[in-house]
Amino acid sequence: MTRTPLLQVEHLTMRFGGLIAVNDISFTAYDREITAIIGPNGAGKTTVFNCLTGFYNAPVGRLRLTGARGEFLLERMDGFRIAQKAGLARTFQNIRLFPRMTVLENLIIAQHNTLMRASGYTALGLFGFKAYRDAEREALDLARSWLDRLGLTAQADWEAGNLPYGSQRRLEIARAMCTRPVLLCLDEPAAGLNPRESAELRELLTEIRDQHRIGVLLIEHDMSVVMGISDHIIVLDYGRLIADGTPAAVRSDPAVIRAYLGEEETDQIPPEIARDLRQEGRV
Amino acid sequence: MDLRALFKDAGLAAFVAFMLALPMVGFQTVDVSGGVGLTVVTRFGDVAISVALVFVGRLALSLLHHPSWRLPILLVSAALALGLLVVKTPYPVITWLTVLASAVIAVRAAWLVFDLSGVIDRDEGNRLGDAAAFIGRWFGPVFVLFAVIFPFLPTTSRYLLDLGILVLTYVMLGWGLNVVVGLAGLLDLGYVAFYAVGAYSYAIIARDFGLSFWACLPLAGLFAAFFGVILGFPVLRLRGDYLAIVTLGFGEIIRIVLLNWGSFSGGPNGISGVPRPSFLGMPFHPNPPEGTTSFHQFFNIDFSAEHRIVFLYYLILILALITNSFTLRIRKLPIGRAWEALREDEIACRALGINPTNTKLTAFAIGAMFAGFAGAFFATRQGFISPESFSFIESAVILAIVVLGGMGSQIGVVLAAVLLIGIPEFFRELAQFRMLAFGAAMVGIMIWRPRGLLAHREPSVRLPDAAGARR
Amino acid sequence: MEYFLQQLINGLTLGAIYGLIAIGYTMVYGIIGMINFAHGEVYMIGAFISIITFIVLGLIGVTFIPLALMVVLLSAMVFTAAYGWTVERVAYGPLRGSFRLAPLISAIGMSLFLQNYVQLVQGARVKPMQPVVTGGFEFFQGGGFTVRLSYIQIIIVVLTVALMVGFTFLIQRTALGRAQRACEQDMGMAALVGVDVNRTISLTFVMGAMLAAVAGMMVTLYYGVIDFFIGFLAGVKAFTAAVLGGIGSLPGAMLGGLLIGLIEAFWSAYFSVEYKDVAVFVILVLTLIFKPTGLLGKPDIEKV
Repeated sequence: MTRTPLLQVEHLTMRFGGLIAVNDISFTAYDREITAIIGPNGAGKTTVFNCLTGFYNAPVGRLRLTGARGEFLLERMDGFRIAQKAGLARTFQNIRLFPRMTVLENLIIAQHNTLMRASGYTALGLFGFKAYRDAEREALDLARSWLDRLGLTAQADWEAGNLPYGSQRRLEIARAMCTRPVLLCLDEPAAGLNPRESAELRELLTEIRDQHRIGVLLIEHDMSVVMGISDHIIVLDYGRLIADGTPAAVRSDPAVIRAYLGEEETDQIPPEIARDLRQEGRV
Repeated sequence: MDLRALFKDAGLAAFVAFMLALPMVGFQTVDVSGGVGLTVVTRFGDVAISVALVFVGRLALSLLHHPSWRLPILLVSAALALGLLVVKTPYPVITWLTVLASAVIAVRAAWLVFDLSGVIDRDEGNRLGDAAAFIGRWFGPVFVLFAVIFPFLPTTSRYLLDLGILVLTYVMLGWGLNVVVGLAGLLDLGYVAFYAVGAYSYAIIARDFGLSFWACLPLAGLFAAFFGVILGFPVLRLRGDYLAIVTLGFGEIIRIVLLNWGSFSGGPNGISGVPRPSFLGMPFHPNPPEGTTSFHQFFNIDFSAEHRIVFLYYLILILALITNSFTLRIRKLPIGRAWEALREDEIACRALGINPTNTKLTAFAIGAMFAGFAGAFFATRQGFISPESFSFIESAVILAIVVLGGMGSQIGVVLAAVLLIGIPEFFRELAQFRMLAFGAAMVGIMIWRPRGLLAHREPSVRLPDAAGARR
Repeated sequence: MEYFLQQLINGLTLGAIYGLIAIGYTMVYGIIGMINFAHGEVYMIGAFISIITFIVLGLIGVTFIPLALMVVLLSAMVFTAAYGWTVERVAYGPLRGSFRLAPLISAIGMSLFLQNYVQLVQGARVKPMQPVVTGGFEFFQGGGFTVRLSYIQIIIVVLTVALMVGFTFLIQRTALGRAQRACEQDMGMAALVGVDVNRTISLTFVMGAMLAAVAGMMVTLYYGVIDFFIGFLAGVKAFTAAVLGGIGSLPGAMLGGLLIGLIEAFWSAYFSVEYKDVAVFVILVLTLIFKPTGLLGKPDIEKV
C-alpha cells in the first residue's frame, strides 16, 4: 500500500523572544493515516499546531499540504484561509464550541463557506432562491448525519454549552468534519475523557480515517489512543524531534523512554545526600 | 448573628457615603449674587440624610441574610416606599432616593421571603426571557397592529403622535445597532456618525441637486454604508475595548468636522430648509405651487398640519418594520449566523474558515445603512439639522436601548426604547434625571442581568422533521 | 522661535496633566485588562472638589497660598480616591467574571451617571475661579513676543515629576507594587500565593483616582474654569496618550501624555484650533491600527 504524503513539515522553527519553542522540526503526515504527536509537557506540540493552523507566524519552515483540494503552503496563508481553502480543520485543547448557539447551529456554521457561495453571498438567500434552499437542505442533511452518528440528535436544539463534557469534545470533532477537511488536526481530543469515552473516541477517529478517507493529526497524552489507533507517531522533546515511526518502534526507542522517564536507575546519588540518607537509615 | 460585624459593615458603607457626599453634595457652588465668581452653599442636611440612608439601607440588606428579619424589613421598606410616594415632602430628590432605596430593599426582601429565585434565573432556564419570547412570537403582530392604528386612536393627540415618531426613530436605530452590537458583538460607540451621514447626505443632496426624499433615501443609506466600510476596515480587527474607543473617536471626528466645515455642512447652524416629504409627489402644503396637486386637494379634505405628521409616522413605522424583518431574515442566513459565531468565539471562527474581517465589515456596513435611512428620515421630519443632534450622548442612548433591551432581542429593543425615550418625555419633571437613570440602569443591567431584560436566543435553524428531534 | 518656545512650554504643561490622567488608565488596564471609561469623570470630580475646597478655604479666611495649595491637594486626593474606590466596587468588581463587553458597558453607564450626578448637584454652568497663583517668569526674546513661564506651569511640571518618581518607587520597591505587578501578570497565581487580589485592584483604582485628582486640581489652577463635561474630552485624550505610550507601561503613559500635550499645543498654534481634538483622535486611530502596543509597550501574544 503506498503512502501518500499529506502534510510535509520541513525545518519548522518557532521562537518566542529568546525561547526556542520548536527547533528545526521536519516530519511527514500521510493521507488516510492517523499521525500522533506526543511528548512531555512543554515539548512544543501545541506550538507546532498553532504554526500549522496559522495562529503563529513561524519565521522558518515550510508547511506543505497536498490534498484533494490541491497543494498549499500553509506558512504563507492567513489563518482562516487555511481552513477555508486548504482544508485543514482543527479542534482545541480547551474546547471552543459556540456555547450559546445550539448543537445544530454549531454544525451548520462549519459549513459557512459552502452556504455563503450558494446564497450568492446573502443576496440569493435573502430572497429565498431555490439554489440556496437546496444548499441549506444539504447542509442540514450533513449535520443530521453527524448528529445521528454521535447520538446527539435529541439534543440538536440544546445550547452547545449545556452538553456533557464528553459530548462537547465529540461535537467539536464533528463540527470540524463538517468543513469537509482533507486533514483533521485534533489538540488533545481525549483530555478529560473516561475510559469508555476514550474507547468511543478511538472508534470515531478510526471511522473518520477509514470511511471519510482523510488524514488525522493529533496531539495526545492518552497512550490508549496514541498506541491504540495511530499509524504513525512523532515524538517531540524540548522543541526537538526525537523519534518518528510506527508505534512499536517508538515504544521501544531509548530516546523516547529517556524523555518520558528520565535517566535510568544507574544514576549516582550525590555523596552528601547519600551520607544524610544513611544517617537516617534510609539507604 | 454578629451585630457588631453588621454595624461595622454598615458603618464602613456610611463612611464611604460620607466621603462621597461631603464635598459634592455638602457644598454646592453657586454664583455670587450680584457679583462675579463663585461661592458655596452648604447642604449638610442632605449629606446627613444620605449617609443615614446608606447606613440603614446597608444594614437592612445585610439583615436580609437572616430569615427572621426578612418579613419585617419587607413590610417596613414597602410601607416607606409607598408612603413617600403618596405624601409630598419639600425635598423631592431625597424623597425619590429614599423611595428608590426602599423599593430595592423591599423587592429583595420579597424575593427572599417568597423564594422567587426559581422564577427568574440568571443564566440558564431563563424563564422570563422565554416568556418574553413567547409573548413576542404571538403578540408581535399585535404590537404592530397597535402601532398601525395608533394615529387614529381617540386618545392620540398631536403630542403623542410626535412622541410615537420619536420612539419609533429610536426603535429603528436600536434595531440597526442591534445588528452590530447584539448580533456581531462589536461595541460601536460612534453609531451616531452614520446617523449624521444619512441626515447630512439627504440635506445636502436635496439642497444641491434637488432630488426628492424618495430618491435620496437609498442614497443616504448607501453613503452611510460606504462610510461604515471605510471606518470599519482599518479598525475591525481591534479587540472589543479598543474598537469601542476608536469608534467613539470616529463619531467625534465626524461631529467636529461637521461643526467646522461651514461651507459644506453649514457649521454650527447646520442646514435648514430641508425639503419635506411628499406623498407620491403630492406635497403636504396648504397652498401648493402651480401645477402640483397637494395631498389634501387630491383626497378632497380640508388641509390639516396633522396629515404630514401622520404620514411621517407611517413612514418611520414602515422603515422600522423593514429593518426588523431584514434582521430577522438575515439571522437565518449564513452571514447572520457567522455574526453570532464571531461574537461567541472569533478564534473558533477562524479555525472554521470564516473570514472575520469581511464578516465584521458586513455587519458594520449594514448597521450603518439603517442608521443612514434613519438619518434621512430625521432630516426630513425636522426640516433642519445641525451637529448638536449628533453628539456622543446619542450614541450612548442608542447603546443603552440595545443593552437594556437585550442584545439580539428585537422586542427588547422596542420595550427599552419605550421605557427610555417615551416615559421620560411623558414625565417632563423627571427629565433632568433621565441620563442619570440611564447610566445607573446600564450599570445595573450588567450586574443583574447582563443579557438584557428580555434576552432570549431563538435558534436560527432547527432540524426540519424527524419525530422526537425537537424539544 | 519665541512663539515655538511658548508652545513648547504650554504643550509640556498640558502634557503633564494628560500624563497624570493617563497613568490611571494604564494601571487599571494593566491589572484587569479593561478601559476605565469613567476615569475621565473621576478627573472631573477631582477638579470640582479642588474648586470647592479653594472656595471654602477662602471663606474661612485661609489666604496663605502654599498652605491653601497643600490643603486643596490633600482634599482633592482623599475625596476623589473615595470616588475611585466606589466606582470600582460598584461597577467593575461584581463583573469580574462576566463576558468581556460587560465591564465596558458598565463603565460607560458609570461615566454617564457621574457626569449627570455632578451636573445635578453642582449645576450645569461653568465654574470659574479667581486665579490663585499668578505671575511667572518672562523671557523677553525679541521679535516682539514675550515668552512666559508662569509659576503655575512650574508647579505643575515639578509636581508631576515628583509624583512620577514617587510612583515608580512605589511600583518597583514596595510590597504593594510587587502585588500589583503580580496581579498584572497572572491574577490566579497571585491569589494562590497569598496576594489579596481584591485589595490590590481597589488600591490600583484609588491610586489612579488620586493622580487624576491632582490633574483636576492643576487644571483648575491653570485654566481657571471647569464644567461637568471636561472629563469626557480629557478622558479620551488621556486614553490616547496611554495607548500611544504603550498601554500597561507607566513611563509610557507619561511619555504619551507629553506627546499628546505637545501635539495639541502645536496643532492649535500652527494649524487650526478647531481641529485640535480631531488631530488627537486621529493619532489614536493611527496608533491602534499601526502600532497597537504603543511606543513603550510589550507585544501581546495570543494564547490559543
